[in-house]
Amino acid sequence: MSAPLLSVSDLHVSFATEEGTVKAVDGVSFELDAGEILAIVGESGSGKSVTALTLMGLSRGPNAAIEGAVRLGDKDLVTASDDEMRRIRGERIAMVFQDPMTAMNPVYKVGDQIVEEIRAHEDTSKEDARRRAVEALRSVGIPNPERRYDNYPHEFSGGMRQRAMIALALALEPDVLIADEPTTALDVTIQAQILRLLEQLNQERGLAVILITHDLGVVAEVSDRSLVMYAGRVVEEGTLDDIFYDPQHPYTWGLLGSLTRLDRPRPRHLPSIPGAPPSLIAPPEGCHFRPRCPHEFAKCVKVPPLESRLAEHPDHCDRCWLEPEVKRERRVVEGRIGLVAGAE
Amino acid sequence: MTPEAAAPLVELEHLVKYFPIKAGLLVDRTVDHVHAVDDVTLTLARGETLGLVGESGCGKSTLCRTILRLEEPTEGSITFDGRDITHLGRSKMRPLRRAIQMIFQDPYASLNPRKRVGQIIGDPMRLHGVAGGAERRRAIQSLLERVGLSPEHYNRFPHEFSGGQRQRIGIARALALKPQLIVADEPVSALDVSIQAQIINLLKDLQSEMDLTYMFVAHDLGVVRHVSDRIAVMYLGKVVEVSPAEELYTSPHHPYTVALLSAIPIPDPKENAAREPLVLEGDVPSPIDPPPACRFHTRCPRATDICRRVEPPLVDYGNGHLAACHHPVNVEAQDIARAKIAPETPLSAGTEMPTLDRGLPDLEETIPAPRDEPAR
Repeated sequence: MSAPLLSVSDLHVSFATEEGTVKAVDGVSFELDAGEILAIVGESGSGKSVTALTLMGLSRGPNAAIEGAVRLGDKDLVTASDDEMRRIRGERIAMVFQDPMTAMNPVYKVGDQIVEEIRAHEDTSKEDARRRAVEALRSVGIPNPERRYDNYPHEFSGGMRQRAMIALALALEPDVLIADEPTTALDVTIQAQILRLLEQLNQERGLAVILITHDLGVVAEVSDRSLVMYAGRVVEEGTLDDIFYDPQHPYTWGLLGSLTRLDRPRPRHLPSIPGAPPSLIAPPEGCHFRPRCPHEFAKCVKVPPLESRLAEHPDHCDRCWLEPEVKRERRVVEGRIGLVAGAE
Repeated sequence: MTPEAAAPLVELEHLVKYFPIKAGLLVDRTVDHVHAVDDVTLTLARGETLGLVGESGCGKSTLCRTILRLEEPTEGSITFDGRDITHLGRSKMRPLRRAIQMIFQDPYASLNPRKRVGQIIGDPMRLHGVAGGAERRRAIQSLLERVGLSPEHYNRFPHEFSGGQRQRIGIARALALKPQLIVADEPVSALDVSIQAQIINLLKDLQSEMDLTYMFVAHDLGVVRHVSDRIAVMYLGKVVEVSPAEELYTSPHHPYTVALLSAIPIPDPKENAAREPLVLEGDVPSPIDPPPACRFHTRCPRATDICRRVEPPLVDYGNGHLAACHHPVNVEAQDIARAKIAPETPLSAGTEMPTLDRGLPDLEETIPAPRDEPAR
């Protein structure tokens, strides 16, 4: 087997604040292969965005403490110097942000922002950079790229701006694209267009994508593999079939159970996950999901669950102390996968 | 039922709201208009939930704000509880504000960060002179309990709460004056999935307990399905389809509704792979200069010549299912023969009845029809 393109091992990120130390990422490990789309799913505060920012070297700061390793080829992105990171960002790994309205500089032309990026990394003429910027805009499906080059970001619609952001991220042909909730701020019909574009870039260029989202529908539509994060930890990792048809962690059951599905009869009462995510300053001892989990038992309090892998599926792992047979039995609620019954 | 109780709670007739666009250095000239809401006729029956769905810029929020008289309607009329409130002045409107309350989208921006929870919920009571002193305090604490918070939260500040809890505070504030109508503008869009379900269940329980009528606004067809009795779909200021909730999902008539349904990814990898979703090309056109005739024709896969020339009337297919399309989907010849132009139709619409055209792209396969759980 060839080495993975990107490998993250035991990543810890914490921030010192006035109220205490926030453990935003608490021991995250995963690998990304070339040409695959890996989804990271989780709710607000699960640490998915901080993980992404750390991969980009953007979570550094006087009050941040980062431990662990992030290997991209021969480089460790945690220990790389700021100068090295400046080269790696854009050339090797690039990121698209959630809000296309604020991610671009409003006082520069869209095309010039791409030219600036190209010329910051490569010693090339203005004309050549401009030609490549127009090409980059064309490749993400922006009509009339020669004319649109001279537009300012406010002259683009939300969907077009997100396309321009993707063009900007891909102008230097990086190996890895991190897309942090790229469609959350967009309308549903535009979301469908952007997801299709990401899929197309993945297939045509072999681009590896880390897609960060809170929407399991988006995960099912475009990704190959998925990590489920909760309160700073990865609670489950597996292929789409593993996560959707054989979920092992109660939090994943809860997420799947509280989905509103258009292709099913509507339930009288929507199942939900009781309670709210814990504070990351003083998270519960043992399993972080324990306070919301109806299946907790003595062992969950004492020790944070270790990774357990199913014998028949070594790539599918989760962090829950329940026995596999017990899980299979308990995850079926009212005939479908869920954490609790429909009634609150 | 007495005739009064049978009458709708809210009636909007040919409601229009244009915002002027001004230009000029010395004298403000109106150079153009944003056609935010363009001839909308809708009714809300007592105790029902009307879901209002559309993408950004379709006019759904403006429509809500106009019902609350936070915006002055340009044309048309608003009747609330049998009374024409279209042009009521500030002081005459004030007592009515008790009856109409709003829940906002962003629980972080809609609560005053410098006030305590008790004050936030109690202020509407104080302003309307409903209850005072210990009585008000008791009322607030029982409201807090009712929305799933604890009476001890009375003296806390909003920043001490999570998003879902803040939205519960917003709901308690809306309930403080025992309103008849609650306009909820995307009340769960800003919340996490697992919390969304909690808030929706709470809203449903409150409705049956307190006889509330809801106008529930959303930008997609996902969550509205679980709260709505009827759903109206808007596109660029116009209502394109109104239907009993479940029927909209099993048998949508307007191609835009189909596109909205099709655009929502199914959280099931196998079923997702099995279907070819309808992805609309391009963006929503500008509401300053909306396309003539059918506003959806620039993006519609079924548009023909008539769609560019004549605005389609809202056609009533029976059972309260209305759609404004020249080439509706999920419709048979006999449905069209029985259908008639609805009184809700915009004044500018034509009188041509829809036609059945077999040659147009068939969209029925692109949406996930609700069906039972397959055996695992």
